[in-house]
Amino acid sequence: MNRNRTRLLGVPYIIWVIGFTVIPIFFIITKAVTDGEGAFTLSNLTAIFDQLHRKALVMSVSLALVSTIICIILSYPVALILRSSRFKRKSIILFILILPMWMNFILRILAMQMIISNNGIINHILETMGLAPLKLINTPGAIILGMVYDYLPYMMLPVLNSILSIPEDVIEAAKDLGSDSLHVLTRIILPLSLSGVGSGITMVFIPSMTEFVIANILGGGKIQLLGNIIEQEFTVSMNWNLGSGLSVTLMAFVLITSFIFGRHQEDTAAGFAI
Amino acid sequence: MTTKTLGRIYIALIMVFLYAPIAVLIVLSFNASRSRVVWGGFTLEWYSSLVSNSSIMNALWTTFGLAFISALISSVIGLFGAIGIYSMRRRGYRLMLFATNIPMINADIVTGIALLLWFVRFLPLGFTSVLLAHVTFNLPYVILCILPKLRDMDIYQYEAALDLGAGEVYAFVRILMPQILPGVLSGFLMAVTMSMDDFVITYFTKGAGVNTLSTLIYGEIRKGIKPEMYALSTVLFFIVLLLLMLVNLPYDRIDLHKYLNRFKHYRSEL
Amino acid sequence: MKKRILSVLLVACVSAALLSGCGGQSTETASVPKTGEVLTVFNYSEYMDPDMLEQFTAETGIEVKYEEATTPEELYTKYKSGGISYDLVCTSDYMCKRLIDEGEAQPVDFGSMKNASNINKRFWTFNKAIDPSGTYALPYFWGTIGILYDTTKVNGDIDSWDVLFNGDYSGQIIMQDSMRDTFMITLKYLGYSLNTTSESEIREAADLLKKQKPDVEAYLVDEARDEVVAGNATMAVVYSGEAFLGHLYNPDLKYVVPKEGSNVWIDSWLMTKNCTNTEAAQKFLDYLCRPDVATANFEFIYYSTPNDAVIKNMDDELKNDPAIIPPDDSVAVCEVCTQIDSETTELYNELWKELKAQ
Repeated sequence: MNRNRTRLLGVPYIIWVIGFTVIPIFFIITKAVTDGEGAFTLSNLTAIFDQLHRKALVMSVSLALVSTIICIILSYPVALILRSSRFKRKSIILFILILPMWMNFILRILAMQMIISNNGIINHILETMGLAPLKLINTPGAIILGMVYDYLPYMMLPVLNSILSIPEDVIEAAKDLGSDSLHVLTRIILPLSLSGVGSGITMVFIPSMTEFVIANILGGGKIQLLGNIIEQEFTVSMNWNLGSGLSVTLMAFVLITSFIFGRHQEDTAAGFAI
Repeated sequence: MTTKTLGRIYIALIMVFLYAPIAVLIVLSFNASRSRVVWGGFTLEWYSSLVSNSSIMNALWTTFGLAFISALISSVIGLFGAIGIYSMRRRGYRLMLFATNIPMINADIVTGIALLLWFVRFLPLGFTSVLLAHVTFNLPYVILCILPKLRDMDIYQYEAALDLGAGEVYAFVRILMPQILPGVLSGFLMAVTMSMDDFVITYFTKGAGVNTLSTLIYGEIRKGIKPEMYALSTVLFFIVLLLLMLVNLPYDRIDLHKYLNRFKHYRSEL
Repeated sequence: MKKRILSVLLVACVSAALLSGCGGQSTETASVPKTGEVLTVFNYSEYMDPDMLEQFTAETGIEVKYEEATTPEELYTKYKSGGISYDLVCTSDYMCKRLIDEGEAQPVDFGSMKNASNINKRFWTFNKAIDPSGTYALPYFWGTIGILYDTTKVNGDIDSWDVLFNGDYSGQIIMQDSMRDTFMITLKYLGYSLNTTSESEIREAADLLKKQKPDVEAYLVDEARDEVVAGNATMAVVYSGEAFLGHLYNPDLKYVVPKEGSNVWIDSWLMTKNCTNTEAAQKFLDYLCRPDVATANFEFIYYSTPNDAVIKNMDDELKNDPAIIPPDDSVAVCEVCTQIDSETTELYNELWKELKAQ
């Protein structure tokens, strides 16, 4: 293959990347390091250390972290159960996981709101069972619930994929050599599924870090995540410079996160061949 | 109770968790009251008024049109882009991969605002600006679906064809394309899904009178979602259910997670 | 492999068939041919019957590009970002004043509009506060801000903002997720003017709101009404128009403008300075004032209309509903918001952000 000539095929794409990825990022960085009058300043970048923004960042990170952990905890048993049941029709499982994603996510979150609201479906069920109602909506817990609900498939798919593709022989061999179930779990299944968990983490943690719609609907406007603050700076306060500054900080944060978790991944591209 | 039963209960609970909101939406589509919090009896009215609701129908066609056109454009640019990247030397290869990843790992809100800041300089916001934005965030998925195919393909067949006197275009179409076509197709489908799913980037880059289902719904949250919207979602849900059953059930090997499990293969390239 | 491609193609065909099956029913009603003129109209979401937009195009051949925003601030940001050039904008009183003062509006010849006289004199007078010359702002809908509450869950009638702040209804209160509205009612409760520029008065209001936050169930906008209807909260701060639908869905709900006074708001239409086809824009404004159109919009929104022709044809039940036509005594204690001083706005922004992030 004539490499020099085939390389030319990439030119439209390179132009596109420069035109619509690199230049916009450059714009947002320019906004971030200037003030309203266009003079250079670092205050929009250091603004993340303001008490208010720090609080929102801490809240964003903790909610995203808890959501990610819950997603991992929920995913493992499913994978193990499916593995032991020898239910190998992966396509059906994937089908079940993906189907909900075809309904608009705002509508699904609104439906979730109706389920957990004070006078909502869960509390009605509790009431008929003679139990005390639960305070669910408009709390950080409600936001976590919404995030777990929305992103669970993104964790479950890679975890299932990695656990279901561990060859039975490996586990048989371990058992023959005297391992008990716990040993098999901790020494074989867990290490072999880490790459799946790694990609699951990036796919759950990053979007939940930057989320603002779920927080608006399920948090009752009482809990501000960094995403909410950025959105407000752009749409309400008209401070685009500060909004850009916070965005750039968020971007740096996300890049670091994805690098940390990205390193754990093995080359699983082979598993992608159709 | 055996472990097996416990396992089944657990799976059932997860299913309830994933599908309860959807059940709520389906029930709401039959609610005669316009308020979602009041049950006004059973009705099919919203299904019949759906087709005559021009704002919803317009948004539906915009959503589909946007998804299809942006996926098509990004598939074409992405196909050639992937081949171009594939034939680059190590350094250019890595640089391009890094640039490709930016829209994927960036928060949607950052991508949306960055594009807005750029677009207002030279382009009146409208359908075109949203289309450009969608192609931009679709491209990485397309590229990353095609690249592994290129790495796995048998380049010698292509070279052999050239040696035997085939023209480059002929060899490309007859030898290369069949090998990477699955990657292109999964990239295309992934792009359609991502485009239909997007709210934030569309919200920031759209112009007057352009609405997708997502932006329409977001505007309706305050005054109450139109019941027709629930009817539409229910219809779409069952169409997709049907389609996925058609595609999935006969052949066991189709792994849709390939489209979703999106971070895996490019990570290894970095 | 072939099988897979086939199946994908099959899906594509099936979906194409389904789509084209739904696509063919664009109803062509008898209408004036398109003139090629286009108006870009900017309004709050769900604030106009979409059928009326289609009817306008059918009658005049002028196409309408319709864009929506959810809050005055969002509307202003979108307007100012310059991505879209708008011809007509509908927004709240103080935002109208800001746009007029910034020279964003151009005068409209209301005298030449056949139907503008349907708008009651009283509202032109009201609008003097934001548009002293009376040449820019066309009143569209108006109302007050008050408390919508569930009578079965409170003792006796509510007549004061005090219920929001005294802690009796902790966890049962929904406040407005709108900076201005929330500050305005708090200033009124404290006995100040809602147009105050005094930093200490505004800070006092902010401190009170911060103290109140733990008692607040949620900060919402118009969805507050549904929450009270559903019984998720006992009371909510809402616009008077929301109260009508609230009462319709749940007869136990009642709306009150507290005795300390409140805000009377008017949303008006402005023609922007960028509007080149002023004739088409005036046609549109005139069309909005036409009795049949104004009635259709009223029945779509159920906010108080300033249009006498609509009120004349209303059912008595509607006419007597204080949410549809706020009684004079409740309006008498209310103020129009006109305060747009930029320092004060910044102070509001800052305090509001602190409150929300607290």
